[in-house]
Amino acid sequence: MSTIADVFTVVAICTGSFFFMAGTVGLLRFPDALTRLHALTKADNLGLGLIVLGLLPQADGMLGALKLIAVWALVQLAGATVAQLIAHALLRKRPPT
Amino acid sequence: MTVLQALDIGLAALVLAVAGWTIVAREAFAAVVGYVAYGLLLSLVWVRLFAVDVALTEAAIGSGVTGVLLISAAARLRKTEAPATDERLGAPLRLLAGTVCAVVAAALAAVVLLMPDPGSTLAPEAAQHLAETGLGNPITAVLISYRAFDTMLEKVVLILAVIGVWSLAPDRYWGGAPGPQRVARHEGALAFLAQLLAPLGIVVGVHIFWVGADEPGGAFQGGAILAAMWMIVMMARLVEAPSISALWLRLTLVAGPVVFLAIGVLGFAVASGFLTYPTGFAKPLILFIEAFMTLSIAATLPMLVMGPPSRPPRP
Repeated sequence: MSTIADVFTVVAICTGSFFFMAGTVGLLRFPDALTRLHALTKADNLGLGLIVLGLLPQADGMLGALKLIAVWALVQLAGATVAQLIAHALLRKRPPT
Repeated sequence: MTVLQALDIGLAALVLAVAGWTIVAREAFAAVVGYVAYGLLLSLVWVRLFAVDVALTEAAIGSGVTGVLLISAAARLRKTEAPATDERLGAPLRLLAGTVCAVVAAALAAVVLLMPDPGSTLAPEAAQHLAETGLGNPITAVLISYRAFDTMLEKVVLILAVIGVWSLAPDRYWGGAPGPQRVARHEGALAFLAQLLAPLGIVVGVHIFWVGADEPGGAFQGGAILAAMWMIVMMARLVEAPSISALWLRLTLVAGPVVFLAIGVLGFAVASGFLTYPTGFAKPLILFIEAFMTLSIAATLPMLVMGPPSRPPRP
């Protein structure tokens, strides 16, 4: 049982890291601010989500697991808001043509 | 070399690189963003050194609150930034400044490297007397019991800083309120975040203060989180900053040091002198002081960020 959980953890965290890597590449390579923002929020969203999912079987009891999920939810909330705020600031500075 | 060691070396290199970038950055805003990233990386370093209390403080105060302060300062200075960067100092002066900085950095590095290994420490003694305070977290014991005087003065310094900020108010605004005005209609992402996050953050802040007695946390970290919640609802214009002449605000600002000082003086009568606690009552007294400290910090930091009053007082 614990072997299955460990394999699940490794696979999920590796997939999560891949999304972070992809997000970072996007952040460096994408042409403008809005697409870079898109890359960044995807990395936060899926990457961290998968890492938290992978860590859940290793969590220290129910409370530890809930804390991990709370961390993910708070990062989601903050990431989504910051993306909106940055995009809004961009649009205000340079109205769409 | 193990994986963990490689990660530590990578982390240290990253901290140095971000620190260097913060110094080199030409634009104030970019430098502040670099500084915030530097603070967050530094708190990871503290976690790796098993100093979770310091890591929490670094993330909350060093990176979070200071970051907000510096960003608002950079925004305020934006108009004057271009002329200021044009006035470059002469080459000899820049060379001199660079040399002095390099010498100070080298001296600090030498001092750290020449320290005996393992360094002299009071940690065993602090741990030995921990039971007498009734606390489980030695950091809290050091802050509020062994070195209570330092901690109290720190809070007094924060109040002096608020007085300093307020003194910058033009005469016609004295007694008015700082910060943006409240708006009636709340829309947009920031207002949504503030409405959703503030209740959660208040619970987390109080929790961090409360567990500080036995686990990493305490008045400073908890107070900083509460302060952040007040800041975010003010920045989202859900509430207005109070006018600086409001009695409740002034009482909240001084509550922490006043309670600390009062209990400290009480030590003469019921214990063995100034800022000492009677045997058996140390823990409740420490928590009592910390509760008021948390409140004062939660009021002081937002007042620092909001700046001097920007509106005339309401008649």
